[in-house]
Amino acid sequence: MTVHGGIGQSVKRKEDARFVRGQGTYVDDIKLPGMLYLDIVRSPYAHARIRYINSERAMKVPGVLAVITGKDLEAAKLAWMPTLMSDRQMVLPVERVMYQAQEVAAVVAESRYAAADGVAAVDVEYEPLPVVVDPIKALEPDAPILRPDKNEKSNRIWHWETGERQATEKALKECDVVVRENIYIPRIHVASIETCGCVAQFDSTSGKLTMWMTTQAPHAIRTVFALVSGLPEHKIRIISPDIGGGFGGKVPVYPGYVLAVVAALKTGHPVKWIEDRSENIQADSFARDYHITAEIGATKDGKLKALRVKTIADHGYTDAAANPSKFPAGLFNIVTGSYPFEKAFVEVDGVYTNKPPGGIAYRCSFRVTEAAFTIERVIDVLAHKLGMDPAELRMKNFIPPEAFPFKSALGWTYDSGNYGAALRKAMDIIDYEGLRKEQAEKRKRGELMGIGISSFTEIVGAGPSATFDILGLKMFDSCEVRIHPTGKVIARFGTKSQGQGHETTYAQILAEELGISVDDITAEEGDTDTAPYGLGTYASRSTPVAGAAAAVAARKIRDKAKLIAAHLLEVSPDDLEWKDHKFQVKGVPAKAKTMQDIAFAAYTNHPQGMEAGLEATAYYDPPNLTFPFGSYICVVDIDKETGEVKIRRFVAVDDCGTIINPMIVEGQIHGGLTMGLAPALLEEIHYDEHGNIQGGTFMDYLLPTAVETPKWETAKTTTPSPHHPLGAKGVGESATVGAPAAIANAVVDALSHLGVTHIDIPITPWKVWKILNEKGIA
Amino acid sequence: MALAEARAQEEDVGPFVRVHVTVNGKPYEAEVETRTLLVHFIRETIGLTGTHIGCDTTNCGACTILLDGKPVKSCTILAVQADGRGVQTVEGLVSDGKLHPVQEGFIEEHGLQCGFCTPGMMMTSVALLQKNPQPTEEQIRRAISGNLCRCTGYVNIVKAVQHAAKKIHGAPGGGKA
Repeated sequence: MTVHGGIGQSVKRKEDARFVRGQGTYVDDIKLPGMLYLDIVRSPYAHARIRYINSERAMKVPGVLAVITGKDLEAAKLAWMPTLMSDRQMVLPVERVMYQAQEVAAVVAESRYAAADGVAAVDVEYEPLPVVVDPIKALEPDAPILRPDKNEKSNRIWHWETGERQATEKALKECDVVVRENIYIPRIHVASIETCGCVAQFDSTSGKLTMWMTTQAPHAIRTVFALVSGLPEHKIRIISPDIGGGFGGKVPVYPGYVLAVVAALKTGHPVKWIEDRSENIQADSFARDYHITAEIGATKDGKLKALRVKTIADHGYTDAAANPSKFPAGLFNIVTGSYPFEKAFVEVDGVYTNKPPGGIAYRCSFRVTEAAFTIERVIDVLAHKLGMDPAELRMKNFIPPEAFPFKSALGWTYDSGNYGAALRKAMDIIDYEGLRKEQAEKRKRGELMGIGISSFTEIVGAGPSATFDILGLKMFDSCEVRIHPTGKVIARFGTKSQGQGHETTYAQILAEELGISVDDITAEEGDTDTAPYGLGTYASRSTPVAGAAAAVAARKIRDKAKLIAAHLLEVSPDDLEWKDHKFQVKGVPAKAKTMQDIAFAAYTNHPQGMEAGLEATAYYDPPNLTFPFGSYICVVDIDKETGEVKIRRFVAVDDCGTIINPMIVEGQIHGGLTMGLAPALLEEIHYDEHGNIQGGTFMDYLLPTAVETPKWETAKTTTPSPHHPLGAKGVGESATVGAPAAIANAVVDALSHLGVTHIDIPITPWKVWKILNEKGIA
Repeated sequence: MALAEARAQEEDVGPFVRVHVTVNGKPYEAEVETRTLLVHFIRETIGLTGTHIGCDTTNCGACTILLDGKPVKSCTILAVQADGRGVQTVEGLVSDGKLHPVQEGFIEEHGLQCGFCTPGMMMTSVALLQKNPQPTEEQIRRAISGNLCRCTGYVNIVKAVQHAAKKIHGAPGGGKA
């Protein structure tokens, strides 16, 4: 017997009723009496000394009330703030600007337009300084030192390595075949359609600060604000209302948020700051920017042996990566992927440059896309070298299903997987063998068609408290459930949806666990005054961690409910079983109590000596991460005249373990695939030698539209996580992680007979045309 | 228009101007700065916040509304240009308490996730279906190519529009719904 809206049902989303009516409440929709607007003066230079800032003209602009500069903040010890990676970041500069579009001063005014007028009237005189754009040149001995405030006089932020250096080197030497490829994964921006912003309100009577804020992690933000500002934590309330997409870009604390708080304290009025799209793309945290060299060693018949990866990571002027504290390169050491390498070694150097801070996710769990792209790209390079079919090479080497839990060469324990089944399924759906025949025929006719595979393994659901923390806060998450006397439920969580549909998914988990209709359950998150503490939503951690907390909290409630049911049925608790979503006397299904009956009794007729009420809270500390996986196959046709790549078909077989809502999961995969297509073919934020951003607006930073995006074909296999209470693994990011390699592999495959082994993403028509032109084809 | 002539007109008008705009069938009158964008007039002057702002270069389409029935990016025209005209926003799609078929389609086919692009995407879709009641997939994709969605990958948005087309005009071979 199923419960309405339980696990596995494609329930329509609770969120949609307000969104389709235009009744969502996003931060920019908040309007408070007396509210002022804040706008920001930004640097035209990538590196410059500030000679002076003169706000006289700005203060004369009608409606302008205040101009805030770095010197004002310095007096309050707020010119700098800590980053999540124990570095520091300027709120406003006192001496130097470090990247183009950096915040230089803030203007507070009575209206949005007056604030913008004020920004145009702030006079700043700069003295340009030498600019360091290329992280490899940044490490050269004569490079200007960008951060003289640091102890180490080098642009190297840190060196991180894992695995066995010597043993890997020895293993590579002993391999019959070694391939090596340089791979650049460019700087990209999440560009959620809602930009970042906040409304800060300070009540001077109660001393309470309330912030409506575009944040994916409201509780952690509250703690950080308390530590930085000195305000008592119970007098800070962070409300993360409806969020218009996050993808990792709404994890960091940006200077604008802090400036709005300062302005609210200074003026006594609520202050709104909403960034423009150009500010969002040019100054908010970036993703990727990894310069990778990967080597893979194998026997001549294609048995994988060893992997070595060296990476230069461009972090911009400060290390503000949104990573768990102990993982400076995130979970990049998932780079062994779906394969049982005997030996592996990875080293990463983090580097400062004159760019905005990098190191956020772009819909991926801490550098997992960089890792998956590297391994899946290099596997294809090896297949090409060996003259083997890339599907065959993968099939030959996958970690076999019976080897799970599997300890990887770089130390992760993969929970479960069946990689061969997923690839076989994708090959069957797309008719892989048929496509290879077609490709051979087309090649004879001089037509360019390619088939690309990506059989990725993800690592999500951070994370176990022994190793996972952010600024010391352990990466558990939480759920608090209250069942009202009439059997209706309110549940609150430490996470925060940005479009993933938590209000629905979480309610479905509770429906299943409590035997209460999904319609009778409200799931809430995002208000730190009401929700239990949690680390927020990113890295596909909501269902793996907070979803597990929901199941655990519901089971705690069931434990108590069983005692109440026994009392009502006048039997021993041992005589009861939880079956068909109610407590039944074993063997007598007619004698049963539903959770509704029990809830009423919990407030009206509970056993003497028992506490009244029916509620529970769970803080779930996952015993391990989860390892979703999948196999994607992409077919491309290339226009020989223009170099344009057209995705003809894309089949995605995903395995995220137990699925709570198939409709939502499929939607997550569609979206993830599109954010995988984006960097593969379209998106890149490039800088010229002077540090000028190229692609700082939607005019030139190309998000996929409905025209470039193919009709994604999806399918699934189901391999539950053995350690998650529901078997769920998380799915929001899998497709973004897996898709880029499938697309790049397809394009390279189309050109492989011309001797092409690698093309850096984004694979633009210009790049392809240049290759075709060099080969005498275009 | 020559620049001098434009300046002269601006001086005639002054920094503020009174505009009359009918929004979702209801007349509104307000004195606004001449430079006020229509989207700010809609969101801030009259307080209908369902129309969103997602960029500053007319690329994302989150602010799409219907101006005299035509889809327009309201971040790119001034409130004064809407003077004396009719605007329809997402708040005007519900009639007699019933959702518009496009709204239904977005729910039924899971055509939205974060909801931020959704109002603009739906207004473009409404305009498409008024002009072309039974569009092909290709025509739908072209029609919404000025509206960016970062969450859904568009597949379900296309299905949502097809759902609405079917609802409005009935399945091929069937009668009108």
